[in-house]
Amino acid sequence: MFQINTSPSQRTFTLSINGETHLFSLGEGCHEVSSSHTLAFTLRERLGLTGTKISCDRGACGSCTVMMDGKAVLSCMLLTVECEGKVISTIEGLGDPITGSIDPIQQSFIDHTAFQCGFCTPGIIMSTKALLTENPSPTRGEVQEALSGNYCRCNSHYHVLDAVMAVARKDGDQ
Amino acid sequence: MKDYRFIGKATPRKDALDIVTGKTKFINDLTVPNMLYAKVLRSPLPHALIKSINTTEAMNLSGVKAVLTYKDIPNWKGGLPQHVRVLDSKVRYVGDAVALVAAETEEIGEEALSLIKVEYEPLPAVYDVEEAIQPEAPQLYEQFPGNVLPRGIRVFGPTPLQELVIGDIDQGIAEADFIVEGTYAYENIPNPLPPESPGAIAVWEGTDTLTIWSASQGPHMLKVALQNLMGGSTQVKSIGSPVGGSYGSKYMSWQYVFPAAALAKVTGRPVKICYGKSEHLAAFSVRIGSRIHGKVGMKMDGTVTFFEGDWLVNTGAFSEGTQGMVAVGCGEVQLMLKCANWNLQPRVVCTNRTASGQVRGYGGQELKCALVPILTLGMEKANIDPVDFFKRNYVKPGEGYYWRDGKWWVSKGIDFTKAIEEGAKAFGWQEKWQGWLKPTSVVGTKRRGVGVGVHGNADVGEDVSEAFVRLDPDGKATIYSGLAEHGTGQRSNICKYVAEILQLPLDRISVTASDSCINPFEFGPVGSRGTYAIGSAVIAAAEDAKQQLFKIMAPKFNEITAPEFNVTSEDLATEDGMVYVKGKPDVRLPWIKGLRYHGTCLGRGRFEPDFTKPNFMMIFTEVEVDIETGKVDLIRVVAATDVGQIIDPQGITNQLNGCLGSAGIDSALFEETVIDTRLGRIMNPNMIDYKWRTFAELPEMEHAILETPFPTHRFHAIGVGEIAPSPGPSAVLMAVTNAIGVRIHDYPLTPDKILSALGKLTIKKGGRG
Repeated sequence: MFQINTSPSQRTFTLSINGETHLFSLGEGCHEVSSSHTLAFTLRERLGLTGTKISCDRGACGSCTVMMDGKAVLSCMLLTVECEGKVISTIEGLGDPITGSIDPIQQSFIDHTAFQCGFCTPGIIMSTKALLTENPSPTRGEVQEALSGNYCRCNSHYHVLDAVMAVARKDGDQ
Repeated sequence: MKDYRFIGKATPRKDALDIVTGKTKFINDLTVPNMLYAKVLRSPLPHALIKSINTTEAMNLSGVKAVLTYKDIPNWKGGLPQHVRVLDSKVRYVGDAVALVAAETEEIGEEALSLIKVEYEPLPAVYDVEEAIQPEAPQLYEQFPGNVLPRGIRVFGPTPLQELVIGDIDQGIAEADFIVEGTYAYENIPNPLPPESPGAIAVWEGTDTLTIWSASQGPHMLKVALQNLMGGSTQVKSIGSPVGGSYGSKYMSWQYVFPAAALAKVTGRPVKICYGKSEHLAAFSVRIGSRIHGKVGMKMDGTVTFFEGDWLVNTGAFSEGTQGMVAVGCGEVQLMLKCANWNLQPRVVCTNRTASGQVRGYGGQELKCALVPILTLGMEKANIDPVDFFKRNYVKPGEGYYWRDGKWWVSKGIDFTKAIEEGAKAFGWQEKWQGWLKPTSVVGTKRRGVGVGVHGNADVGEDVSEAFVRLDPDGKATIYSGLAEHGTGQRSNICKYVAEILQLPLDRISVTASDSCINPFEFGPVGSRGTYAIGSAVIAAAEDAKQQLFKIMAPKFNEITAPEFNVTSEDLATEDGMVYVKGKPDVRLPWIKGLRYHGTCLGRGRFEPDFTKPNFMMIFTEVEVDIETGKVDLIRVVAATDVGQIIDPQGITNQLNGCLGSAGIDSALFEETVIDTRLGRIMNPNMIDYKWRTFAELPEMEHAILETPFPTHRFHAIGVGEIAPSPGPSAVLMAVTNAIGVRIHDYPLTPDKILSALGKLTIKKGGRG
């Protein structure tokens, strides 16, 4: 049965995702966030942000990569309750929220058909975004290293590297 | 070569924006109101009888809506022949389904699984294909004595190719200058391992209408298969979602759809099933195991006079459709080898490991990975360059083969000699090839070697495809096709065909959802059939629609603009939603003038099976073996093919790059499913212990893609996506053999096997390392 939340300050917490603040109540109910929930689960099942994919769910494949405080993290390996106060962005938050335009990385992935089935693509794009935020003009080898935790089974790797290098160069020129 | 407006031009995939923004809805991204979640209790034992099963405690858990066991499951059966119950009183592999739970959340469902009490009576288990056919071996099914599946079943028609018996072996022996024999095996059961695990949502309306949303690679065939397997009056509506990788494995989907359908029926609510990754790795389709004891007769000039062998096919706990793979494998081997005398005897054998299902390569890859190395024993003895051997042997127009239906077909395709030569040139084969068992170079402990493999199928024209193309008055076209997008970009490519025929910008063309209620029959994008078979149906539908449009428009021209021309439909052409008189582009009318705002016209297209157009793929590989550590690095790959006409340049390079993973080249290097034969358990059902190639370890990759117009459809193209990986494993085996100068007889070529072959390590029987 429905229970009145008697101590909201202890039973609720907030997350900042894609520039918006979300209030959650902590608990085991169907619509609450459990202390055992991963960030990936909360993003997908509580917020409907299904662009973040779950594949291995054990931190091996990178499909669930999101950015936290500017770094690429595996959202399947983080508990949601640990993420309070962090700035999180997902694939849905990558474009410009005002103009609605997509990120140059996304455009480059389109231009190079840097995907096949596309399941791993959001994770690869988020890893790329984190890399280019830190290092705007990486070498091809540095891109390979940065993406080495992202599984792609269709073997779109070569097109992905071309797509990333195409935007990396432009960033480096600025 | 004809210059087209869309065909052969790089155009963005129609689904590109949704993919890169995360908006694409894969099956696990969908929810249906009031939906329950399915969970499967899986067997911890490889072979056992269920003595008792108690579900009371699980049923009493709050949030649990149903628990099903073999006692109350519908008697639907999958497999070939139908022998696989959804739940049975006997389990046949670690991971076999024991009970099903439907619950309000996944967590409650998992908790319920732990509350089900099962008492097993363990039975002895068998894993090795040859041990399984011994008289004293444990028997998996009463109806399959000796664990051998029957041949005489209907698959691909009444007389499928279930053995390869041609000519006279004695004659071949008499003609041979020498005979070699050997045993090779490709039975490391690599997992195709799409990132998206299998999943579906099942909803019943009334008592006999079942709607399935699924990640199936062939949603329309899923409807056909389910209706056939479930029997009775069940009507299935199958809706495909984008497929997050399949590589053949999610084509047949009853294995995961049945549990959701059974739970949805008993609860009266929608039920979603999505496998977790360990479930995917340990309890879903893997490749068949393939072992050959073979004997080949040759002349010193390289002519093969006979091939005789036992082909032992390990299908694991059941046959999803393995006899079909055997039929196609027996067909495909003839495309790469001219031989007048054959006696290849396949046996499909059940063992106590997770079941094999279809994976790209579909029988042919598995057969060749074991058969080609036996041929190389002969090539070595006759000192013949493998590129020359394959060039001489690959099927040419006018030459014939028995195909999967057991009938004799004759190639009306093209000669691939030029593709072989271009590939060899791009790779630098002549410079690198030093002869059999000889390295290309030696630097310290590093030895390089080269190898080549070949594959092709005549399934590019298999089975039926149908499509409709509807023209709307505002100058837009809709393709009605049951095609699901599984990564090759086929849903975009069929738009390109229609764009070219109607001269209509791509953004004015859309494809219906792959919903079996809306669309005509579609077998699905398998066997590289997307370009020729599916493409032909769509092209025919677009042509039909265009001709209908012209018939409607011709009188309008005579009424409105140019009665003096006396225009007939033959005089008309269309561009950008306008129809004009050929040679008089200014005399034009928009489609709406003919169709009116309240009209459409619908073209129909159908493709009938045609097994006369084999495709082709050759893979050249260079490896570097460190003889100190046993590590093998893949240095360079060249894929050579002839596709008639490139439809999408980025699509084809992506597909050819796909030769590495998804059960291709890497299945020769490091991919394997490791079974502990003491317990029957898979030891690496996770993505850390199951090894896969990362971005940091890419070989140099180059392609030689020729465009010799193919006698297929009006764009003269043929597909090769499925076959890209297939020549790879045997090419790598050859390259490693040449690098180290010693033969290795099975895959993958892990450091322990290399060191053992070099005499630096002793591997105990029954286990490695």
